Amino acid sequence: MRRRSIIGALDLTKEEYEELFSVSDEFKRRGFSQSYSYLEGKVVSLAFFEPSTRTRMSFETAALKLGAKVIGFSGEEGISVAKGENLADTIRMLSSYSDLIVMRHKFDGAARFATEVTDTLIINGGDGKHEHPTQAMVDLYAVREVFSSPSNLVYGILGDLKYARTVNSLLRALTLFQPKFVYLISPPQLRARREILDTLNYPYKEVQDINEVISELDVLYVTRIQKERFADEMEYEKVRESYELTYETVTQMKRDAIILHPLPRVTEIDRRIDKTPHARYFMQANLAVYLRMGLLYLLLGEKK
Amino acid sequence: MKEKTLIVNRIREGTVIDHIPAGRALAVLHVLGIKGNEGYSVALVMNVESRKLGKKDIVKIEGKFLDERETSLITLIAPTATVNIIKDYEVVEKRKLKLPDEIRGLLTCPNTSCISRNDVEAVSKFRIVKTSPLLLKCEYCETYITEEEVMRQILHEIR
Ligand SMILES: [Zn+2]
Repeated sequence: MRRRSIIGALDLTKEEYEELFSVSDEFKRRGFSQSYSYLEGKVVSLAFFEPSTRTRMSFETAALKLGAKVIGFSGEEGISVAKGENLADTIRMLSSYSDLIVMRHKFDGAARFATEVTDTLIINGGDGKHEHPTQAMVDLYAVREVFSSPSNLVYGILGDLKYARTVNSLLRALTLFQPKFVYLISPPQLRARREILDTLNYPYKEVQDINEVISELDVLYVTRIQKERFADEMEYEKVRESYELTYETVTQMKRDAIILHPLPRVTEIDRRIDKTPHARYFMQANLAVYLRMGLLYLLLGEKK
Repeated sequence: MKEKTLIVNRIREGTVIDHIPAGRALAVLHVLGIKGNEGYSVALVMNVESRKLGKKDIVKIEGKFLDERETSLITLIAPTATVNIIKDYEVVEKRKLKLPDEIRGLLTCPNTSCISRNDVEAVSKFRIVKTSPLLLKCEYCETYITEEEVMRQILHEIR
């Protein structure tokens, strides 16, 4: 894989996704207790200007497992760095210490902007409501784990399709894999943005009621509907409730259909669903570290 | 032919931008960065009859030769315009209008959470998605900006 920054889900070609998946498979096969020295002598910066637990920890673990040193900031410290100094200066400072920077920032396009002020590799760990490409890589890796390929399946993507960066990245990544059909299931005010829909090359349909399509799906991808997207609390409560995934709905799924979620979740999935064979979001989360090991290895690893 | 003699004299050296959609002459001056205190003699003709457009505007700037970038910016707001470079009262060059690949700094991203609006060093950048009607996309957050919005922004800044 060519050394380059990863800003959006389409920064990898289909062949590179396949390469990434098979390298990640190798790390997975050798198991979590294995450590490596592929990134020995390298420094990976984690610049989380916005709080994150999962993404940051999985990148940190992946980097450490590969033998890299990890520096950076997150949580409250990250927020105060974001306030104290402009982004460009912080990125310049980090680049003088590191071989690669994983960053999360609240503004859309922050990662692209960072690539303009430094030659150090940038991985976008989430920029505002724009993209979160490594999550889409994890999502497709999880789909492939179950179905052996992300292609030729019927997907349903449920929830906030307008502001969820993971959805943007996933919808784009899917353009490389010829899904059979994609249902975009959301309330009218949270439909996917025109900017994303215009780039899709596969058949899709926007629907409001999951029960209309649930029996057709191979993969149901659930996202959270956030309160801050609504001006009116009553409206939010109404929408939230009708987009919570119920046990009754899940019983209508095909036998081998799966449910994924980028996590963390709040109330959008009934806890009783966790015990059904459809629930694969914990497996998906467990795959994340291998996928990110694969990515860091391909971008930065010394083959030895 | 009558209108030319009626309203504006020919210029000796400079640029004539003709066939501007009616009402957009001020916007043309704006994208050229002409505020009036640069010392150029500028003639504005607005809402005159045009066989091609019905009504049109014309801008003549004595002593200024538009560069490629300026010419291409004009296409943003006046895609029908023609740009003629004048020397010694003669048209020495007819410029073909071609949209620039990238529009930097001139427009503001409609997305308030775009990094281009939230960092002191960031400058807005747009790429052309479609030309008619005009549709641009922010290079950072990928938000669309429509022809209507482009016009609104450019004209709004003048008032
Ligand atoms: Zn933008």
